[in-house]
Amino acid sequence: MSLRDFILESINQCTTQVFSTMLGVELNPGQVIEKDGSGDVQCEVVSLIGIAGALAGAGSVSCSANMACKICALMLMTEAENVNEDVLDAVAELTNMIVGNVKTELESRVGPLGLGIPTVVYGRNFQTKTSGDPGWIITRFHLDGEALTIKICLAPNHRDGNTAVEKGTPEAVLV
Amino acid sequence: MESDILIVDDSAAIRKILNRVLRQTGMAIGAIHEAGDGEEALAQLKAHSVRMVLTDINMPKMDGLQLLAAIKDVPSWSSIAVVMITTEGGETKVSEAVRLGAAGYVRKPFTADQIKEKLVGILEPVRAI
Repeated sequence: MSLRDFILESINQCTTQVFSTMLGVELNPGQVIEKDGSGDVQCEVVSLIGIAGALAGAGSVSCSANMACKICALMLMTEAENVNEDVLDAVAELTNMIVGNVKTELESRVGPLGLGIPTVVYGRNFQTKTSGDPGWIITRFHLDGEALTIKICLAPNHRDGNTAVEKGTPEAVLV
Repeated sequence: MESDILIVDDSAAIRKILNRVLRQTGMAIGAIHEAGDGEEALAQLKAHSVRMVLTDINMPKMDGLQLLAAIKDVPSWSSIAVVMITTEGGETKVSEAVRLGAAGYVRKPFTADQIKEKLVGILEPVRAI
């Protein structure tokens, strides 16, 4: 299995497991998005977390404000009409658990990886940009008509003499 | 005898969830204290008589492994059971936690039953000391 397919499978497995265990919701498998088209779904909350090791990059969870409030209600059993501190905490922790578990799965293929601390952004009419424009692996899930998008981008990390990336991993690993 | 428990996690969401889950277990739990990182946790341990610490690993300032080492370094805290609750499932972190004296390990995401099962097994022997 290619590393890209492995990550896609991990995203599906970890996301459905986190939703089932922590939110009590059974999600259908996510839909792979080949091209990251901004504006195709409403996205007001974005949570980002860094990954570093033989591969380096980031993972993100993005969704509408409504979806973020729904996640908060299911996870913390605290209703929120607007995006508040509880909602941002819930989305941050969701990101930590999903991307953290994908990272753990990945360690069986590429060796130890470190995980950063999530940062959540809430607003309207903003764009995110990743330096170097690496390819993102994107999977979209749906809950009650609202979308939740999980994205991972990783590339070989040549800093600090890292050489542990599995053999045959091309430069643009995951595109 | 009721046991005080300290929850250490930089995520307020996880602290809330664990607080609720602990109350739902039906176990004889006294006060539940909270801290957002290892440094805050040490201050809480000095202020309260805690029998068990549930801690995340990946935290700012002082992480869970550093906190575990600091607890085991204080003779009067040696009987405190420290359980790691984290997304960090890598063998390196688990081995390090076990080497430092962690009483158990729960991986996020977790169910209330998983928490209860783990804590019952750990709290009972601690109380018997």
